[in-house]
Amino acid sequence: MAVCIAVIAKENYPLYIRSVPTQNELKFHYTVHTSLDVVEEKISAVGKSLGDQRELYLGLLYPTEDYKVYGYVTNSKVKFVIVVDSSNTSLRDNEIRSMFRKLHNSFTDVMCNPFHTPGNPIQSKAFDEVVSGMLAQST
Amino acid sequence: MESLTLSDVEQKYYSDLFVYCDTDNTKKVASYGRVLDLFRAAQLPSEVVIQITELCGATRLGHFGRSQFYIALKLIAIAQSGLPLRVESLNSVKDLPLPRFVVGKNEAEARHVALYQDPDSQGLYPASAAALIPRPPGRGHPNKKVPPSASAHPLHEAVQPTAPSVETQQAEPTSPVVSPHQSPPSSPPSWRKHKRQHSGGNADRQPVAAPTGVVWTQFREQQTAPVSGDGLWSSHSPPLPGQESWVSFTADTPPSSTVPGAHPSSVQESTTIRTTMAPAAAAATTTEVQRQSSGYDDPWKITDEQRQYYINQFKTIQPDLTGFIPGSAAKEFFTKSKLPILELSHIWELSDFDKDGALTLDEFCAAFHLVVARKNGYDLPEKLPESLMPKLIDLDDSAEVPEPTADVGFSASPAEVTPNKSPSMPSLNQAWPEMNQSNEDTAIVHPVPIRMTPSKIHMQEMELKRTSSDHNHPTSPILAKPPEVSEEVKLPVPATMKFVPANAVGDGYSSSDSFTSDQEPVARQRSQSGASPEALKVVAPPPPPPRPHPSHSRSSSLDMNRNFAAASAAGQPQPAAIAFPPAVPPRPLPTQSSVPHAGQRAEAEGATGAGAPLTTTSPQQIPQQPNFADFSHFQAFAASEQPSSLPEVDKHSDPGQGDKSSDGAGPLRTVKSDGQADERTTTAGHSTKGSSGPLAPPPKPIRRRLKSEDELRPEDEQHGPQKSNIIAAAMATQPSIPRSVGKDKKAIQASIRRNKETNTVLARLNSELQQQLKDLLEERISLEVQLEQLRPFSHL
Repeated sequence: MAVCIAVIAKENYPLYIRSVPTQNELKFHYTVHTSLDVVEEKISAVGKSLGDQRELYLGLLYPTEDYKVYGYVTNSKVKFVIVVDSSNTSLRDNEIRSMFRKLHNSFTDVMCNPFHTPGNPIQSKAFDEVVSGMLAQST
Repeated sequence: MESLTLSDVEQKYYSDLFVYCDTDNTKKVASYGRVLDLFRAAQLPSEVVIQITELCGATRLGHFGRSQFYIALKLIAIAQSGLPLRVESLNSVKDLPLPRFVVGKNEAEARHVALYQDPDSQGLYPASAAALIPRPPGRGHPNKKVPPSASAHPLHEAVQPTAPSVETQQAEPTSPVVSPHQSPPSSPPSWRKHKRQHSGGNADRQPVAAPTGVVWTQFREQQTAPVSGDGLWSSHSPPLPGQESWVSFTADTPPSSTVPGAHPSSVQESTTIRTTMAPAAAAATTTEVQRQSSGYDDPWKITDEQRQYYINQFKTIQPDLTGFIPGSAAKEFFTKSKLPILELSHIWELSDFDKDGALTLDEFCAAFHLVVARKNGYDLPEKLPESLMPKLIDLDDSAEVPEPTADVGFSASPAEVTPNKSPSMPSLNQAWPEMNQSNEDTAIVHPVPIRMTPSKIHMQEMELKRTSSDHNHPTSPILAKPPEVSEEVKLPVPATMKFVPANAVGDGYSSSDSFTSDQEPVARQRSQSGASPEALKVVAPPPPPPRPHPSHSRSSSLDMNRNFAAASAAGQPQPAAIAFPPAVPPRPLPTQSSVPHAGQRAEAEGATGAGAPLTTTSPQQIPQQPNFADFSHFQAFAASEQPSSLPEVDKHSDPGQGDKSSDGAGPLRTVKSDGQADERTTTAGHSTKGSSGPLAPPPKPIRRRLKSEDELRPEDEQHGPQKSNIIAAAMATQPSIPRSVGKDKKAIQASIRRNKETNTVLARLNSELQQQLKDLLEERISLEVQLEQLRPFSHL
């Protein structure tokens, strides 16, 4: 159901970004970029209190009139951002969580690949497939 | 079952088919699924098939026995020749052509047909036609796809009434030389060509004489293709074993007519074509007919030699064949192949089946194979081909295929690799039989089960962690007593600190401190001894929450209590007193024998004085006071082996006891005198107890102390008798407590139970004492009020 899925590295540069309406990619890039601020804010807020126990799923970062942005951060400060079209039937939180979980799993698979250097853009067919599965859901 | 007479050819054919269908190798019953596929391949309408099944008696029996199978085959032949299905016709029809089954592998069909047809001229042509016709379609069968569809193929293929056995015999590549001239063309061109043919062939499904011409033309085309491929292949040593066998077969076959001749080439070609990767399908198909491997069309199969090579390479990295190659090592290794990193990454994704970042032998072979394929120009598949999937297959015997240089040396330059690839390509496909060899050397298990190793290790680690944590965890219940003792021994120290400011009595505390400190090593020793039996335990239940140490000045008291509890059923409310005695005795005794007396008294006063603040601080501390005092007293008395001190104490104790007895309230009586008396009595109690037996039997003094405490505490009077009984019991069993540490679970569980009971008793006592405290406070307030009321008057 997502319209855009992005994986952002620890240093806040994108490792992977893909959106469904390919024509409007730049807009989504911008959205994801701005959402990083919110992510940072959430990380810093929770980080001190729980330390490593911080919840990975950040939830709805911020909504706009067109879409909603959800965030998820891993323990290695790699961020996943999903942009969802608001006009879509509002996805339940659980669904978003499961999407993030799937992303996280395939991301770890990519990391397990010794030929993939962390910090390089993700070029993995399996990962692409997973993302496509999520993007395509939005018809 | 009607008797069935079969001609020799028929007999042979049928028996071969039966063997083909006899997947379970029962020699008696043909696999039902296989039989059904066979029947479907006969191109008969389903009703006919059903009828045949019924006629042959299989429906009656429920399975296809040999005779049923033969009858069914005969009926199929009858049906195919257009005759009505009758039981009588089984034996009456003469010169019945052999049943024809559409086979995917044209070559196999052709060959088989040729074999059988030769002696049976009648059936030759139609059969061959049938065989030929289906061949192109079969040939064109897309090998690219992972052969899930291949399941249909083997059936098609297998059934040809050729000499599958002959084929199998031929499986051994006899002469590489033969292959060259049959070397299949490189896949892409041939593939395309055959695809075209395929579509053409499909139209020619039905065995009709007419299409034979088409077939022939196709053959010719195919033949040209192989010719072109000859050059390619001639340089390649590992001819498809199938090819070889095929070739040898044709050579051996007396009736080596053009048909068989054409068949081999076409077969080979088709096989080649069938497999994008490699040619070898032809022979492979024939052999496979027998082998009946699942992916007979699979171009991704690994040949024996290849696999052996891969295994050798694996060994160079990881000598243990059942072990893993870590990702980094694999990366280095595969980087040597000079493939782009992206492709290597993709190969890794495909081959790391369990996604663990390491390669098992199977995964490594698959990865290696993919690298080889890629180096030879074949595109990487999107998904891991079935034949490369790590799984435990052992379908067919492995045919030895000479693969001289099939192995790709990664150290070699790409140029070298390329030529190697070609030979390896044929070998790739050659053996359907080899397909299963993928498992031959390796204990190949489905990747998931293979994970056993890491998970096992993980489990072991967990075990270790658990056991170690049991060791280390001070509050582990299993490690129970000793660690608890140690832990609580440590706790009392801070607890005692609380009392220090409260009581402002140094001696008593010091004595108690020393006592506790003394006790600690002992406790530790106990814990150590207990650790070993605990270590034996695999799983330690989560350690119970730390005991309410603040409530007890000396956790050791609890420990002692536990010790008793281990021995006895009920816990004692005076654990402290009990706890200490066993621990320290000797050291403080001499020093404290006299001092404690005074100190204790002072303590008592101090304690009582501080009773109020103490009580306010925590009700639990109140009982601790007496405990504490008891402890110190006990310590003093226990240590003291001097009867001289004892009599003094006795004197004190007597009046003390008397007071105490008169005082219905427990030691908590905030009335100072009471408190003091309490202390004294406790002291006395200690002294008396101590006098009885200094330290020798720690239980004894403890027992006495407990008893005295019972007496001293009226509130406990109710429990007194019980307690004394309990205590006595505890005492009796106490000596066994240290031993129980060394005992096995049972004793520990018993001690746990006892401890729990002690806990409950203590909790009850606590509540009662708190209640008393409240009452006392009320009294005190009322008294103070009265005092206030009186005072003004006095002032006046």
